[in-house]
Amino acid sequence: MFPKPIEKSSRAWQLGYQALLPIVMLLWLAPLLAVALFSIRPDSDFLVGNYWGWPSSFEMIKNYSMVFGSAMPRYIMNSFLITIPTVIGAVALSCMTGFALGVYKFRGNLLIFFMFIAGNFVPFQILMVPVRDLTLDMGLYNTKTGLVLFHIAFQTGFCTLFMRNFIKALPYELIEAARVEGIAEWRIFWYVVLPLMKPAIAALSVLIFTFIWNDYFWAIVLTQGENAQPVTAGITSFNAQFRAMYHLMSAGSIIAALPPVLMFFLMQKHFIAGLTLGAVK
Amino acid sequence: MATTSQWNKTLAKKGWYKRNEIAVTPWLFLVPGLIMFAIYVVFPIFQSFRISLFKWDGLGPLATHGEYIGMANYEKLLTRDRSFNISLWNNLKWLIFYLASIPAGLFIALFLNQTVRGIRLYKSLFFFPFVISQIVVGLVFTWFYDPQFGLFNGIIGFVGFEPINVLGDPTLSTYGVIAAGLWPQTAYCMILYLTGLNSVDPEQIEAARLDGAKGIRMLWHVILPQLRPATFIAFVVTVIGSLRSFDLISIMTNGGPFGSSRVLSFYMFEKSLSEYGFKMGYGAAIAVILFLIMMVFIGYFLWRMYQDEKAEN
Repeated sequence: MFPKPIEKSSRAWQLGYQALLPIVMLLWLAPLLAVALFSIRPDSDFLVGNYWGWPSSFEMIKNYSMVFGSAMPRYIMNSFLITIPTVIGAVALSCMTGFALGVYKFRGNLLIFFMFIAGNFVPFQILMVPVRDLTLDMGLYNTKTGLVLFHIAFQTGFCTLFMRNFIKALPYELIEAARVEGIAEWRIFWYVVLPLMKPAIAALSVLIFTFIWNDYFWAIVLTQGENAQPVTAGITSFNAQFRAMYHLMSAGSIIAALPPVLMFFLMQKHFIAGLTLGAVK
Repeated sequence: MATTSQWNKTLAKKGWYKRNEIAVTPWLFLVPGLIMFAIYVVFPIFQSFRISLFKWDGLGPLATHGEYIGMANYEKLLTRDRSFNISLWNNLKWLIFYLASIPAGLFIALFLNQTVRGIRLYKSLFFFPFVISQIVVGLVFTWFYDPQFGLFNGIIGFVGFEPINVLGDPTLSTYGVIAAGLWPQTAYCMILYLTGLNSVDPEQIEAARLDGAKGIRMLWHVILPQLRPATFIAFVVTVIGSLRSFDLISIMTNGGPFGSSRVLSFYMFEKSLSEYGFKMGYGAAIAVILFLIMMVFIGYFLWRMYQDEKAEN
């Protein structure tokens, strides 16, 4: 292990390290903690300039219920209705493409694989005008469906990279054994490969959930107004509505950030596996 | 002999699909994904190239409402557009300073790579900034920099400096936004390195220790070579992330003050879809240039991956 395990150093070092950890962490998260502190202050604190002192009263419930009384729940709901179908769609499509590219040898295999990877890295702006036009032409502008369709298509690039590498690392003998038994190829996919992909599916789902939840660019390109916009875009109009009311803007930001954070803490193992498994072989 | 002919007969009976199953199946599995990807990613890239040759406001179909002007958009961009120049320079600043998240992430990973009690929680809390959306990061940092009540000015005031309005100063605004971007990006690099450190070969470390290596020398000669895959991924995601920067700029400065913190991705959006008018052709030309810049890096990544694939087979 590197650096040298702290247990092997002197008692003083160990205590020093243990004391340093929370301090460094507080510094690292200071900007966020400041917002959390803002979100429980009464608005009078901001008027008298009491930004950093002890709050004159704790208004957590009042501030947060103000947020829930606004359009915020709508935006959050939209975010869920956009994110969940995207996760299902992208994972389903990439299980199939990953299977095709990871199991079969055929001409063009690597070319298609690299096309998916390259597509996943292109700047959004090169797609913006045509995708917006296409969405308008299909009558899906300013709908959640329009956003979902695009997200599924785009995320398929990254998901395919991930799934293909995962499937390629599975023992190929399993598939050969199934073939010798005369099992149809689609059954091999369904009964042999898919059950083995559960960890990859979990990891990818958590990751895509976070990516899509946090998307802002496509939300403002393909939607406007509260009937379709997700919370990342909604928070800017929320902030315009409550301009300079920092206690409410802070509470709103915290609520908007919460679902992916919860997802991360609940599914931490999968999340980190997702970030690294597709990448670091 | 009899068995072969019988075998052939059963095969013939099985029909075309059964006989070509292995060749056909991958394509059946690829079709849905390929179609979606082609419609939403591959074709639009070519369409953008085409649109960039037109003067077009996007309000009617390109064929009837657009005016073909050849390379005029590019000519204007590259010779007469000061905003484009500023954006391009800012992209370069992003690219260079964003890379600081790689050593910073490594540093934090080394700091946290211990097995004391509660370390798992600390690791997740350090990773926190990457999980929240850039919009919230942007808001948090806008307040952090606020000249009136921001924590930043509180700190430099404590040390004895005059308050600075970082985001309101044309010479500083871009750096202020980049610093905000470094926060989640460092967290990302940290997690890549933490995972990488897990798979470092303990025997090599012991051997190096016996040879008297430690500290920086050990890191440089023994650890870093083994972390190369993690470094490569960190480099890929950081370069791509820096060229994609949009959300933070949009939230923190909206390109300002006086357009001083624009980058190409933001400038493109502004030209094609904002109150300054719908200059779709011009916007597409900016997008094409950004795309070509990114293609240099994407080409390099793909080439590296191709080498790995070849080595494996």
